[in-house]
Amino acid sequence: MEYSPPPFFKRGPSLLTRFTFFSILSACLLVSDARLNYLMLFRQGIATVVYPMQRLGSMPGELSRRVGEFFVTQSRLQRENDQLRHQELRNSASLQVLKSLESENRHLRELLAMRERIARDFIPAEVLYGHRDPFTRRVVVDRGIQHGVRAGWAVVDENGVVGQVTRVFPWLSEVTLITDKEQAVPIQAVRSGLRGVTFGIGYDGTLELRFMPVNADIQNGDLLVTSGIDGTYPAGLPVAVVSNVERNAAYAFARITCTPAAGVNSATQVLVVAANEKLPENPATEAPAAPKPRKARR
Amino acid sequence: MSFNWLRPPLSGGRAPPQEILRPVKARYIALTLLSALVLNLFALPDLLNQIKPDLIALTLIYWVVYHPRRVGFLPAWFLGLTMDVADGSLFGQHALAYAVLMYLAILLHRRILMFGMRQQIVHVAAILLLSQFIMLGVRMLSGADFPGPLFFIPSFLGAALWPLLFNVIRIPLRPRTDPDAV
Repeated sequence: MEYSPPPFFKRGPSLLTRFTFFSILSACLLVSDARLNYLMLFRQGIATVVYPMQRLGSMPGELSRRVGEFFVTQSRLQRENDQLRHQELRNSASLQVLKSLESENRHLRELLAMRERIARDFIPAEVLYGHRDPFTRRVVVDRGIQHGVRAGWAVVDENGVVGQVTRVFPWLSEVTLITDKEQAVPIQAVRSGLRGVTFGIGYDGTLELRFMPVNADIQNGDLLVTSGIDGTYPAGLPVAVVSNVERNAAYAFARITCTPAAGVNSATQVLVVAANEKLPENPATEAPAAPKPRKARR
Repeated sequence: MSFNWLRPPLSGGRAPPQEILRPVKARYIALTLLSALVLNLFALPDLLNQIKPDLIALTLIYWVVYHPRRVGFLPAWFLGLTMDVADGSLFGQHALAYAVLMYLAILLHRRILMFGMRQQIVHVAAILLLSQFIMLGVRMLSGADFPGPLFFIPSFLGAALWPLLFNVIRIPLRPRTDPDAV
């Protein structure tokens, strides 16, 4: 379909020229974003402009939730209240035990001249919405650079690890869920003490424990908690429960499927946990200071 | 030069009768595109979010087809970048898709105008699908998995919305007074 205007009208560059120009420009952006990670500042600039519109867009959802909260029945509220009171009682009992254990632990660690565990800062945040991008599993939370959130911090809810902050904007940040295809979490099995790394599967909301030998001591129902050796996730947070173990001697590794412990897709209130910045130096000085879990590839 | 290819190949539908509209102000075009952006950013429950049609793409096609030369590549491209930031997708993914969409829409706009509403929907669906294929290709090249057949539903829903969009955008453009009144 040739389309050529009469030459005596001035109409600027031809359609094909304009199309080629903008396509090449987009392709350059795509490559520099996917491979080189140069454009964070540009992205943040646009994000600041879009922020009011994003808040406007997420308003109807928030509003309907608020209205829904307003019309709860008395009995449901009462029941919830009772439940919470019971839970608080139980928690306070275990908290008291915890305090005595903590002091004991500190004392023992001092005796053994071990490094003290560092208490971490956390920032409470609310999940605004899930991303429209169908290729990744991410959510957006309502805390950003202005509130002190930094990229790489862990995000947890009351049941366990939800994900990791991957991009920060002035008032929002983007959390990649642990079920995302490129997200890896270093874990330790509670029962056997085995260490490993879970990877998200991507499409069905489960996790996979990769690179475990066929005879590894992992059973259905094993709880996997963060091992804390990466310095990103605090140690001892529940990550997932093993739901299926497939051992086939033909392969080098067992196929272990786990379901996340936290409400990865349903959490609305989360905590952003600061990363541990006082990691000891790596013995080899050439090596980078801390291995980044996100860079882990198959 | 022969213009045979401009004619509808089959006499299936008739082009909608030409309406006389008031002149379109640049401000109005900007307003429609901005409202499309805000509507695109609406946060819905998960499943609905995935099949929600891309209203910016649809609005761009409308302006290019019915008022060519009013919307250029540059605003479309910047809207694409904005969508990339808001969606958290690869930077330039939507921008590239919108560039392709603009190219196709400008190329086909005379042809689309000759068709009736139903055939126009088919054309719009084809353009939207192609721009989605571009996005899919870009993401698969960068290592993502195919997200499932649900991925293509926004194109068809968007095309189904075409008659509605056509009528809604034209409301402020229709003459205010009845031309037959004396």
